[in-house]
Amino acid sequence: MEAFVSQIQSMTAIAAALIIGLGALGAAIGFGILGGKFLESSARQPEMIPVLQVKLFIIAGLLDAIAMIGVGVGMLFIFNNPFLSAALAALKAAA
Amino acid sequence: MASNSSEYIKHHLTHWNSSTGFWSFHVDTFTVSLLLGFLFAAVFAIVARRARVENPGRLQLFVETIFEMVDTQVKEIFHGKSKIVAPLALTIFCWIFLMNAMDLLPVDLLPNVAQWIGHTFFGMDPEHVYLRVVPSADVDATFAMSLSVLICIIGFSIASKGLGGWGKELLTAPFHGSGTVSTIILAPINFLFQLIELIAKPISLSLRLFGNMYAGELIFILIALLPWYAQWVLGAPWAIFHILIITLQAFVFMMLTIVYLSLAVDSH
Repeated sequence: MEAFVSQIQSMTAIAAALIIGLGALGAAIGFGILGGKFLESSARQPEMIPVLQVKLFIIAGLLDAIAMIGVGVGMLFIFNNPFLSAALAALKAAA
Repeated sequence: MASNSSEYIKHHLTHWNSSTGFWSFHVDTFTVSLLLGFLFAAVFAIVARRARVENPGRLQLFVETIFEMVDTQVKEIFHGKSKIVAPLALTIFCWIFLMNAMDLLPVDLLPNVAQWIGHTFFGMDPEHVYLRVVPSADVDATFAMSLSVLICIIGFSIASKGLGGWGKELLTAPFHGSGTVSTIILAPINFLFQLIELIAKPISLSLRLFGNMYAGELIFILIALLPWYAQWVLGAPWAIFHILIITLQAFVFMMLTIVYLSLAVDSH
């Protein structure tokens, strides 16, 4: 029984870490490319900076999205583990 | 305190449920979002009624700044004729900003007040008084808003193209067939693409806001578990960063709403 619970918890911890980490990786690379292009175009056309800045923030908000959804799912797994509750309910029903 | 910490976290992540089962809703989300919505509407309505050209007060100038920002964005992006889009965008921006801003209050402040009220006036056990003060950190609230936006998108599509025109577009865009055979073959593929696009919009809209706010709130709760001398070191930078996130998420929700509505009235 303890082995069962500990296996579920350890897998959940690794899963949550992977979700958050890979999401952060993608978002970081995306922000880097976005920021680089913004700096390049600001240097080419400084008069476009205010217009481009608005678009920068919009795209930054969009990039954040999937990574944040991943963080939300990861946090849900860590603090309110549905797999653990389902497994414990099944064990209780079988006992 | 260490064994208590997961209890603390769980307590701060539980909603004030009206009952159990399918028909229960989150009373805290409902009341806080309603109060904030009325606050926004009341302030803007009072300023609008008392608007003057000579000697405008600071509040009127502040409201005018927000109004002008939303108006500029709508004029730039939305090319149809509608009187609803700009007020909708203004409401979305201000309401979501106010709901997100509730995350800047100290984590224990309002829940402790609620616990005190529950204990002294209703004789409840403080352990079972739950209050989550950030409505946009609740999937219910964010999905409510994004599903309303979805209904607006479908409504605008039908209003601008007609029911038949919208139905035809669902079956013929984005891949146009040249003869009748190819049109019939491409119709289900087109429909699938359109359906996915139509469903992805509200899901991404709501989960983006929810994920940002839920993660922010959770990190505040985790910071609250630290000893008192360590809280400011981590809490202050996170709160400052969170101010940016709050405004950005409200702005992105508003911009995407305007963009989706303008795509809905566009003809391909």
